[in-house]
Amino acid sequence: MRHILSVLLENEPGALSRVVGLFSARGYNIDSLVVAPTEDESMSRMTITTHGSDDVIEQITKQLNKLIEVIKVVDITDGNHIERELMLVKVRAAGKDRDEMKRMADIFRGRILDVTDKSYTIELTGTRDKLDAFLQALDREVILETVRTGASGIGRGERILRV
Amino acid sequence: MTQLTGAEIVLRALADEGVEFVFGYPGGAVLNIYDEFFKQDKVKHVLVRHEQAAVHAADAFSRCTPDKIGVALVTSGPGVTNAVTGIATAHLDSIPMVIISGQVPTHAIGQDAFQECDTVGITRPCVKHNFLVKDVKDLAITIKKAFYIAKSGRPGPVLVDIPKDVTAAKCEYHYPATVELRSYNPVVKAHQGQIKKAVQLLMNAKRPMIYSGGGIVLGNAAPQLTKFVRLTGFPITNTLMGLGGYPATDPQFVGMLGMHGTYEANQAMQDCDVLIAIGARFDDRVIGNPAHFFREGRKIIHIDIDPSSISKRVKVDVPIVGYVADVLDEMAKAIDASTEKPDPAALKAWWTTIKGWQAKKSLDYKNSDTIIKPQFVVEKLWEITGGDAFITSDVGQHQMWAAQYYKFDKPRRWINSGGLGTMGVGLPYAMGVQLAHPDAQVACITGEGSIQMCLQELSTCKQYNVPVKIINLNNRSLGMVRQWQKFFYGNRYAESYMDALPDFVKLAEAYGHHGMKIEKPSDVEGALREAFKQKEKLFFLDFITDQEEAVFPMIPGGKGLTEMILAEDV
Repeated sequence: MRHILSVLLENEPGALSRVVGLFSARGYNIDSLVVAPTEDESMSRMTITTHGSDDVIEQITKQLNKLIEVIKVVDITDGNHIERELMLVKVRAAGKDRDEMKRMADIFRGRILDVTDKSYTIELTGTRDKLDAFLQALDREVILETVRTGASGIGRGERILRV
Repeated sequence: MTQLTGAEIVLRALADEGVEFVFGYPGGAVLNIYDEFFKQDKVKHVLVRHEQAAVHAADAFSRCTPDKIGVALVTSGPGVTNAVTGIATAHLDSIPMVIISGQVPTHAIGQDAFQECDTVGITRPCVKHNFLVKDVKDLAITIKKAFYIAKSGRPGPVLVDIPKDVTAAKCEYHYPATVELRSYNPVVKAHQGQIKKAVQLLMNAKRPMIYSGGGIVLGNAAPQLTKFVRLTGFPITNTLMGLGGYPATDPQFVGMLGMHGTYEANQAMQDCDVLIAIGARFDDRVIGNPAHFFREGRKIIHIDIDPSSISKRVKVDVPIVGYVADVLDEMAKAIDASTEKPDPAALKAWWTTIKGWQAKKSLDYKNSDTIIKPQFVVEKLWEITGGDAFITSDVGQHQMWAAQYYKFDKPRRWINSGGLGTMGVGLPYAMGVQLAHPDAQVACITGEGSIQMCLQELSTCKQYNVPVKIINLNNRSLGMVRQWQKFFYGNRYAESYMDALPDFVKLAEAYGHHGMKIEKPSDVEGALREAFKQKEKLFFLDFITDQEEAVFPMIPGGKGLTEMILAEDV
């Protein structure tokens, strides 16, 4: 099953490689990983999307907690949560495609960030499924380039992850 | 305040940490640090002949003392890569240790400089934690953190990588008495509810079993364990790493378990209805295949300092995280206070069953008048040392015979590489142990394969007058490999025969030691007595043993605990 782990860790050189190294050394999966410093510059927050049986997820959580620089680990998929991923897509937008692309971006609540006479660059946020749906709705031929961040997540309501 | 150089800070910090010995080897990147060694006399340096041995010796120094930490010092590049085997060995057995490595100057990092390697990157998977110190102001606090992390929680090796310019730069020196890390707070106090649940299970057990491991030794919990075992009257087995955690000569001890464990220990593990695992981790050499190990209805209690060891290979019913010594104390109190007591009739019946298994005498071997049996040498060694020596071993058949036939009654007397299984540790381990306990009897049980992997340390032993006794069980083959080839590879002995062996007696003499070659069983005792009589001398005893002898019982790889091959089956 898919899980999203939120990790608070010391914002120190090498901390990221310890996390990544742990996953490869123990044969766990990383579907996506997002990391950036928090409002407190001394900490980073990482969102790891992974999958595995309950036993595997339990081990991943324990092993992450064992890393000296990891402050807290929460599986936000344990409760209500919000997840968002950002995608930038460069699409061919010439001739008859041009209006169609604009309409598609509107339907998916995307924003066009950059325009040339042959292309649009569209910004889209949402769950992984929504971004996948957008790409599937397009003709493969018109997709010139995509870049996705992977999921960031946060608990709903009073569920707060902080030190 | 006066300003100290980074190198001075390293030495001051080690002295303030109470470090007695540093095992090391100099090189370009650590020259400033070595210059400080020259100028002081608080911390003694032991010059090994290979960095791997420095780390092994430091590792053994930690293993054989309840409260001291071994320290190794190596230079950058090859110094570090040579040390990696030693670090990984300590890591897999959770040994607290601090390794200080030199690094090329900060401005040269990443430039493919001479003797540069990514030390923090290379060692990351085999340390508890590591640091690269880029500013001299961080040096003292980092060394403090290294010692704190190494010995707290589940212990482990910690490496501090110091670029050469940092050892030359100056700052004020302040060594903090304590250190706190917000991201590192190991759980130490066990959950009371869990202890209550565990006691309830134990008091209602019909066929209880205690299984304890290296955590007892590392956690200095042998007295608490002994009290707990006596209080309950339950049978106990130790893992390879746990030997000495409970007295092996005690009748409640049913021997070591696992791949080469006793028949009774393995049967009892499988057939018990309540199992309590204490500072042990159900590893593959202990329980074999987890699918075979599973038994419907059997309840498992697991006490460990490391939550990630619990329910890793085997699903556990009552997990208890905390320091084992404290948890056992609390459990003993809870048992005393409990109104429920174990059913004496059931316990008696269980012991009768176990005694039936013991009657198999799975450790019996056929002795000989003409050829030396390796088991016989270990038994004699036990007799002659009064069961009170520090025994180090290398890895292979001799390691298993040492574990099976030297009955360890005290913790920290049995020093071996259980997790990583590193051949070559035996001699440097013996060195580290003898330096920690100058007056103790120290023997290294080894084989002609393993001993040649760190043989150069005979020279270090000469330099520092380390009078260890090397018990070389020489069967002219890589015995454990040969044993597997015999049983599972149709007697095809691929590359397991040791041709062109050196004359170990002459070799020992070349290094300035004493050597003896023993070929007859009747000479075994005399040779051992002679070696231990000459307390101040290193003896290399080359016992020419039976090449065909195999380690029994044996559980073939991937099989279950009750699928043992006994000597009588072959």
